[in-house]
Amino acid sequence: MQTRRRSGARSRRLTGAAFLAPLVVYIAVFFGYPLATNAGMSVREYTAASFYTGEAPFVGLANYARLLGDPLFATTLANTALFTAGSLAFQFGIGLALAVFFQRRFPLNGLLRSLLLVPWLLPLVVSGTVWRWIYDQEYGVLNQALLGLSGAVEEATGLAFLGSGIAWLSSTDLALASVTAANVWVGIPFNMVILYGGLQNIPRQLYEAAELDGAGPWQRFRHVTWPLLRPVTAVVLMLGLVYTLKVFDVIMVLTQGGPANASHTLTTWSYQLSFTELDFGAGAAAGNVLILIALAFALVYLRSARTADEGGAR
Amino acid sequence: MTRPAPPRPVPALLAAGLLTAAAACSGGGGGGDGDASTLSSLDYNIAEPQNTATEEMLEACADEAGVTVEREELPRDQLMPRLLQGASQQDLPDLMLIDNPDLPQVAATGALVPLEEAGVTIDGFYPSVLEAGTHDGTLYGIATGVNGLALFYDTEKLDEAGLEPPETWEELRSAAGELTDGDTNGLAFSAIGHEEGTWTFEPFFWSNGAELTQVDSPEAVEALELWQDLVEDGSVSQSAVNWSQADVKDQFVGGRAAMMVNGSWQLPVLDGEDVEYGVVPLPVPEAGTDPATPMGGEVWAVARSGGEREAKAVEVLQCLVDDDNMTEWAELNAYVPGKEGLAGALAEEDPGMAPFVESVPSARSRTAELGADYPSVSSALADAVQAVLAGDATPEEALSQAQESVPAS
Repeated sequence: MQTRRRSGARSRRLTGAAFLAPLVVYIAVFFGYPLATNAGMSVREYTAASFYTGEAPFVGLANYARLLGDPLFATTLANTALFTAGSLAFQFGIGLALAVFFQRRFPLNGLLRSLLLVPWLLPLVVSGTVWRWIYDQEYGVLNQALLGLSGAVEEATGLAFLGSGIAWLSSTDLALASVTAANVWVGIPFNMVILYGGLQNIPRQLYEAAELDGAGPWQRFRHVTWPLLRPVTAVVLMLGLVYTLKVFDVIMVLTQGGPANASHTLTTWSYQLSFTELDFGAGAAAGNVLILIALAFALVYLRSARTADEGGAR
Repeated sequence: MTRPAPPRPVPALLAAGLLTAAAACSGGGGGGDGDASTLSSLDYNIAEPQNTATEEMLEACADEAGVTVEREELPRDQLMPRLLQGASQQDLPDLMLIDNPDLPQVAATGALVPLEEAGVTIDGFYPSVLEAGTHDGTLYGIATGVNGLALFYDTEKLDEAGLEPPETWEELRSAAGELTDGDTNGLAFSAIGHEEGTWTFEPFFWSNGAELTQVDSPEAVEALELWQDLVEDGSVSQSAVNWSQADVKDQFVGGRAAMMVNGSWQLPVLDGEDVEYGVVPLPVPEAGTDPATPMGGEVWAVARSGGEREAKAVEVLQCLVDDDNMTEWAELNAYVPGKEGLAGALAEEDPGMAPFVESVPSARSRTAELGADYPSVSSALADAVQAVLAGDATPEEALSQAQESVPAS
């Protein structure tokens, strides 16, 4: 009897392992191996010649020291933080506002909502190219509109607020903000869709009850919508953070990290180190810094999700 | 949905790290076996008519050598990653067409055949053309044709303003100023943040006597000051920091620029457009100074594979750079033939090519001094140019920052 039970348990364990195996193999091959290779590369002097000769002398943390000593490191780190924080704040804020707005019933609601998805459906290279046109200093539609407006204001008041087109992408002060704005536009639909889904799950009765208790629209949002949306909010922000940290295409199409590195983030810088300067060791090190940052945030998220779960179970 | 499914952040966040590792994984094509009847070849001539011409030339030369060639072609930016992949598996294509500033990177691996040792004859070539295929004193690559930069001008706009094409920096600055009017800039050039921007700046940098080993010299500062002045005058749009050379050509064709710095390969493109233009050598600091444009163009190289296979590949290479192929290639692409005699004949035939032919003897190899260190210096120099044009730094500041990327010799 006992042996039977034991063998039953063993076969259950084996079945479990068999189910797990494909996943483990998948993760090991597609994530474990590249990660380990990347980590290995980052402690070696890995150049173009290393690919052929296989010789990449071990240099310890020299690549990391080189990165930290590079004045560009502080710039790209700050850029990455600003780009990510700016993108997340506006994508989430505007996405949430739109989601709340579309909760109301009005004609063409469904059509408008699907139209807002378009930015999400476009390949990033296409959106990037379109934004490049919009931002063009000489004949981009943004500057044309601003100059037209300025002209109209001048006619009315005699004062123009703009003499010539603004260098959205070719000024070191504005490039990062311009790139961030384009990325916000790309990210709004994602935020809106997920938050809209979350809103649909909030029981109507709660709003009715709140209304009966005399809660105004702001109070209903503050005390019903917001707390009940919290789990969805956490997911949206976490996914958004990861997506934004790794944004590459939008920046490459718009500015390639320029002018004068003003819009480089860790992703584009890692690419430049590896594939333009062919210093693969330093490029791998920059990529690893990015992974560490994302990992730190992922841990914070997992922790908070766990506490929320435990709280809910009680 | 009571609780959202847990997100899986790990795969997404690894993507950035994968990027750098990608070059190491997976491989492909090429032949590594001892069979010498089929050779592999890799190039990036994917646009017509170059695509067909390359195919036909390879085929004809392969026939002559009694082999067949399997050609693979890729976009320009995928060529180096593909070569590095091949190199990591000791499996490079037998023949490859490499952009000359990239050659030292490939040659430094030791994977290329030294051409003179292999018996390739180099009679009649411009020394400067051979220099561009040389790494550490050994010839590894030969160009069918080379290209360079010159000043293109809109004939109509210059006539209207009553101006002659500028020959010196001073004339360039004043002409560009006079030609600037409303929507039209006097001059356009590419100051994009990578090699394309650096190579557009190099003729100004070198003709003033600056050297890539000392990028913060007073001569270098002066050259950058010229560019800074042109942008501050409003003669060149600040958007130049985001323009590739193709964008610059579009500005010129669209009538948004009266003059442009661009390469000979734009000649066939411009002939297909509705624009009257002329071409002159790039202006120099003072009348009588020698121009010094960077040598542009691709070189054919052969991978080491030993024995018969390698010998056949060398034979095909020798045929690719023979007089007939060289002339055909030059006419098709508006390249300057790598041999002096052929280039002279072409200049007489086609006056548009004359300024480019003139520039070849004094054209400089970008990698002569720095070799495999060139890419990082080029990148730093492009950054310095951008910082100055964007109004972020003075030329002195920007260039002394760039000097930090120059390896101490």
